[in-house]
Amino acid sequence: MSERVPTGAEKLIEALEAEGVEYIFGLSGGAAIPIFDALVDSPIQLILTRHEQGATHMADGYARATGRPGVVLVTSGPGATNTVTGLLTAHMDSVPIVVITGQCVTDMLGKDGFQEADVTSITYAVVKHSYLVRRGADIPRIAREAFYIAATGRPGPVLVDIPKDISQGPCEAPLCVDVDLPGYAVPCHGSPDSLEEAAALLSNAKRPILLTGHGVVIAEASKAVTLLAERLGAPMVTTLLGKGGTDETHPLHLGMLGMHGTAYANKATDAADLIMSIGSRWDDRITGKLDEFCLGARKIHVDIDPSEFNKMVVPDVCIQGDARVVTEELLPLVEPSDTSAWLSQVEEWRKKYPLKYRKQGGLRAQHVLDRLDAITQGRAIMSTDVGQHQMWAAQFCKVTDSRNWLSSGGAGTMGFGLPAAIGAAFARPDQDVWAIVGDGGFQMTQAELATAAIHKLRVKCLIINNNYLGMVRQWQELFFENRLSGVDLEGNPDFVKLAQAYGIKAFRIKRPGDVDRILQQADAYDEGPCVVVAEVVKEDNVFPFIPAGATLSDMIIEMPTGKLAKPTGST
Amino acid sequence: MTAAAELIDGDESLNFHRISLYVKNEPGVLARVAMVFSRRGYNIESLVVNSAARSGYSRMTITSSGDPTILEQMIKQLAKLIDVVHAIDHTGDEAYETEIALIKLKCDSEARHEILQIVEHFGAKVVDFGRQSLVVRVYGSSEKLDAIRNLLAKFEISEIVRSGKILMARGGATT
Repeated sequence: MSERVPTGAEKLIEALEAEGVEYIFGLSGGAAIPIFDALVDSPIQLILTRHEQGATHMADGYARATGRPGVVLVTSGPGATNTVTGLLTAHMDSVPIVVITGQCVTDMLGKDGFQEADVTSITYAVVKHSYLVRRGADIPRIAREAFYIAATGRPGPVLVDIPKDISQGPCEAPLCVDVDLPGYAVPCHGSPDSLEEAAALLSNAKRPILLTGHGVVIAEASKAVTLLAERLGAPMVTTLLGKGGTDETHPLHLGMLGMHGTAYANKATDAADLIMSIGSRWDDRITGKLDEFCLGARKIHVDIDPSEFNKMVVPDVCIQGDARVVTEELLPLVEPSDTSAWLSQVEEWRKKYPLKYRKQGGLRAQHVLDRLDAITQGRAIMSTDVGQHQMWAAQFCKVTDSRNWLSSGGAGTMGFGLPAAIGAAFARPDQDVWAIVGDGGFQMTQAELATAAIHKLRVKCLIINNNYLGMVRQWQELFFENRLSGVDLEGNPDFVKLAQAYGIKAFRIKRPGDVDRILQQADAYDEGPCVVVAEVVKEDNVFPFIPAGATLSDMIIEMPTGKLAKPTGST
Repeated sequence: MTAAAELIDGDESLNFHRISLYVKNEPGVLARVAMVFSRRGYNIESLVVNSAARSGYSRMTITSSGDPTILEQMIKQLAKLIDVVHAIDHTGDEAYETEIALIKLKCDSEARHEILQIVEHFGAKVVDFGRQSLVVRVYGSSEKLDAIRNLLAKFEISEIVRSGKILMARGGATT
């Protein structure tokens, strides 16, 4: 009996299995039916989401929590375009996801067929790479390349668009093991010259600081970077995405720097005579006004992507390579100076400018997050949405381990927190995942509560509810004479009842006195997901605050009494 | 006057960049390359794409104007594209470059004599001879092409098509 020739879809799924894919997050539709059909017989588990954006953030959360590519499968047209926000989010934050989109049949391409969207064109600017599959025989090669490109070097999203006649038609090509990508190299080792130069700068520094970015997490450089900090007697500061890459409870760690970073992290960065960035891209949230950023400091930039060199800051030394490998190569080359005076200065700042919040006058988000940090003790994965709650979480939740902090940094995508938490819960079922969200962002992807409920995931969704788009309200209060415009979320539902409608256990925190008891109950709840609604004071502001386009020394540590000029930087 | 001509005449001529790309001949590669330029406010003055010696690969020669301070970043962004094997900035180096122009002139028999003199002087060639028109083909440096165009401008030029600059690095250097 002759064997049936597999379809393109079956070959694709076989290739995904070979890549070690466990889950596909997706939503079906006409042009993708052959691929969904092939999934029926596969050990890969299909997670049906309620919206394609949710699927992309789940794949993103899965990837951030594991380092392995997350996979999305959607249909053509609107199914494909609904992934664009998720692609941007992953692209800006260097997260490996593979998005497979169905497409109308090849003969209809360019003829406005039903649910046709030219998705490769639409997404050029938000992918690391993309493919429109034109021959069934290309499927194994493209699948291999897509995963290889997504996961190696500086990771990022890859889109694969497959017309229905290709997925439905035969594919006899064997699975592909080798990639042929002459335009794509993955850097690893630092050049000996750049390492020597950097080591000399590090050895002579009196006030060194290590700025750790997402690259530390991606390259699994935690150990090497911490060793280097200890060796040099250098404090560490982290970007929003670098949180957890180095243990924030380490005595040398000053937490997050930048726009809403700790005052002591910013003061130390401003006073340093040497800043070594490892896997960060000197984002504008960190540098503020570029022309005046840390003029007194020499700068070393370690990055796997050379296009980041000289883009924002012009460093004294650039080292292209893998963050872990380069840091390990630097370790034996440095001969540290005595930095004890520097460290005691830094400790003085830490004592003088602690993070603080008012415990009177109603329930405060900072109080809830401070206690959440104390109760979870670094055991949980934290996934945030975007806004005030995100910055407060970044300040008060000290992350101790890599891949325990998921947050949309570059894109600042509202609606990210809950689905990313769901993706992480699939990836690491033995751990609690706290989604920390605001009432605004939560409502953008709240339908995914169904996904969490069906699979009884250990997702705990903490909604910091102030009935405002709070970060914009804060800007309007501080810089626009409190002329509130487009920020009042009047009409919010009762989130406890909403959760209950999905069959999800829900708690409400109303008073400061409830915080510990309710958080402990939610933390201990083990029958599936739960929602905690913290009804916080409506008007509160995130401090410290460096207005966009200002310098580190312009940091506002507490509510100013006078009027502030409008910020010059972008958002 | 075109924007390009203004730039040549003005002080900003230094902001012209000559970039060569060696790319995998995949669908979409041109769109990806063009986006790197447009995103950074670069204007593509000329673009020549053709097959490379090795099958499956193409050459792109791009003349472009824009902010020189972001040129390095842009070259790196081009090199970062998966389908781009290499991107080289030839601005300021001694690469050999050439360009072809076809110039169609409306002319009666009176004007012909002077036109043919100019054509001969520039080593150009008349490739189409009509009753009321002729087509001149000229190749060489872009400056030479500009010069003949300026001389012929006193006659009635009805169309000009220029190939765009192509270049090759000299000696053992890579283009």
